[in-house]
Amino acid sequence: MADQLATGSRRGLKPALPLLLPAYLWLTVAIFLPLSAMVFFSFMTDLPLAEKEWAFTLGNYTAFFSQGLYLTLLLASLRLGLEVTLWCVVIGYPAAYVLAKVLKGRSREAIFLLIILPFWSNGLVRIFSWAMVLREGGILDTTLNAVLPFKINIDLMYSYPAVIIGLVHSYVPYMVLTCYLTLQAIDDSLIEAGRSLGASRFQVLKRVIIPLSMPGLIAGAALIFVPVVGSFMEPRILGGRTGTFYGTIIEDQFVAVFNWPLGAALSFILLAVVLIILALAAPVLRRAG
Amino acid sequence: MAGVQVANVSRSFGAHKALDDVSIDFADGGFYALLGPSGSGKTTLLRQIAGFDFPDAGRIAIGGESVERVPVEKRRIGMVFQNYALFPNMSAADNVAFGLSVRGEPKATIAAEVQRALDLVQLGKLGTRRPHQLSGGQRQRVALARAIVTKPRVLLLDEPLGALDKALRVDMQIELKRIQREIGITTIFVTHDQEEALTMSDRIGILRDGRLVQEGPPEEIYDRPQSEFAATFLGDANIFRGDATGAGIRLPDGTAIAAGAGAKLAAGAKASCAVRPERIQISTIAKGHDQVDTNMLKGQVSKRIFAGNNSTYFVDRDGQTLKVIVQNTGAERLAEGQEVVLLWSPESTVLIAA
Repeated sequence: MADQLATGSRRGLKPALPLLLPAYLWLTVAIFLPLSAMVFFSFMTDLPLAEKEWAFTLGNYTAFFSQGLYLTLLLASLRLGLEVTLWCVVIGYPAAYVLAKVLKGRSREAIFLLIILPFWSNGLVRIFSWAMVLREGGILDTTLNAVLPFKINIDLMYSYPAVIIGLVHSYVPYMVLTCYLTLQAIDDSLIEAGRSLGASRFQVLKRVIIPLSMPGLIAGAALIFVPVVGSFMEPRILGGRTGTFYGTIIEDQFVAVFNWPLGAALSFILLAVVLIILALAAPVLRRAG
Repeated sequence: MAGVQVANVSRSFGAHKALDDVSIDFADGGFYALLGPSGSGKTTLLRQIAGFDFPDAGRIAIGGESVERVPVEKRRIGMVFQNYALFPNMSAADNVAFGLSVRGEPKATIAAEVQRALDLVQLGKLGTRRPHQLSGGQRQRVALARAIVTKPRVLLLDEPLGALDKALRVDMQIELKRIQREIGITTIFVTHDQEEALTMSDRIGILRDGRLVQEGPPEEIYDRPQSEFAATFLGDANIFRGDATGAGIRLPDGTAIAAGAGAKLAAGAKASCAVRPERIQISTIAKGHDQVDTNMLKGQVSKRIFAGNNSTYFVDRDGQTLKVIVQNTGAERLAEGQEVVLLWSPESTVLIAA
């Protein structure tokens, strides 16, 4: 059986080649080449531009370990990634459940559209509209003070919660979509079977639905955690001075300080850390699923 | 264990009346089939008894206790689903253990009970397999073990054999019946397969368009159908339509058919007679018959279907095609086109109000 499959796939590769080629060409040009250049840069003292002197060095990597700031920021970014992922699960999973198992027909389509909407709006516009909502005297502040009998000051702008809010808003659709796909594939009769055996709705959720939708949760978490750890736009705009994270430091190297080699080295350290975390988490998550 | 009473239950989905004033008494320990074509309301009725859905009106009692507003998880029922609905993330044994485990039974008790249930369905050694590693028949058995291990008051089966192939189905029918007898549980079984209903159940309820058409032991429904629908849905029947004469009916061409069974109808009312194909004797005209108290019709064989142990003859008579089933006794077979005489007794003829 395994032999058959193996020979089958080998025979299948040749005719598949013309179909695969465009994708691999594109990946080579768009990802592999620039990334290789970045690997190259990360080992240089300076950019090989404008007749500057440059040499190979490991200094960009050792800088990460010699200066505590980078490690502190990396840990802060990992924590940010964890928190945002957690909030996306808390908000996105119930929404996905309702979409997949409770709503039917047109109301499902309508809610689905509302959840997908952030994807279709420009990221920058999204973040600045949050700025309008969260700042003192902004929409949230004004509305709450108009409704509540007592005076409260809501100024979430330039704070850690503001960064969390902005990132969760941007990334929660990923969680809803991946969880929706796995939840929707769970046969309703499994839920009914669980209840007919005396399980409460919560027990069915815990013992049947969550384990069966684990692949969606894991996929969603990976899709959210990885970019959030490297994010810089939301921290910079919504976080202000408190919004210094690993991602913003990398961005600074490329945009402000113009130290591409250091920026590249910091990026690859991030990539390595994220890969290690995912590799460590994989067996645990696979068992849970 | 307990009996189930369904009294005047109605349920509508929008304008569609899925159940219309249905009352059935399911006796304690009985094996009951709910039979009907798709859309007849049989599954809706089962779901009301299970508690997945509540009736708009009427009463449902399990063991004398009203449950029509009790949610499914509190009804102490066992259910086997058409697609088995085994939890794919658990082994066969964990599937069976689920009901005991959510109840918080001690681990040792659970292990012992699960093993007993798996042994009962003859799957004692396959407990560690996942559902996808089991065959259709084995999944069926796991689903059954899972449903009965919690000692439910009533076992509900929703077309449980529908997904199995013919040979396996017959095996499972026998097996299901054996297990049901062994634990003596009240069992309600939804099916659209009349043969399954006949061979397995103590009583059958025939549903059509949300109404109970007829209810009783299989022999009674088969021998004394009270409607043309019951006659033709459960088994085959030749139906004659005409006017009631008091002792039977008169066909439009004047032929009288005597009926010794069924409804008592006043002369002149519209009525039908049902005769089972195997109750009719077929012979060639040449032999000649003149019994007074026997129904007789003449016709011509239009088709013969040989099925090994029996043959079905289609006999054309005055624009109607009658079906006659003859056991293969070694007697001479009739050829297509042959003129024949059909004979059957009034006792085999059931009078039905139109």
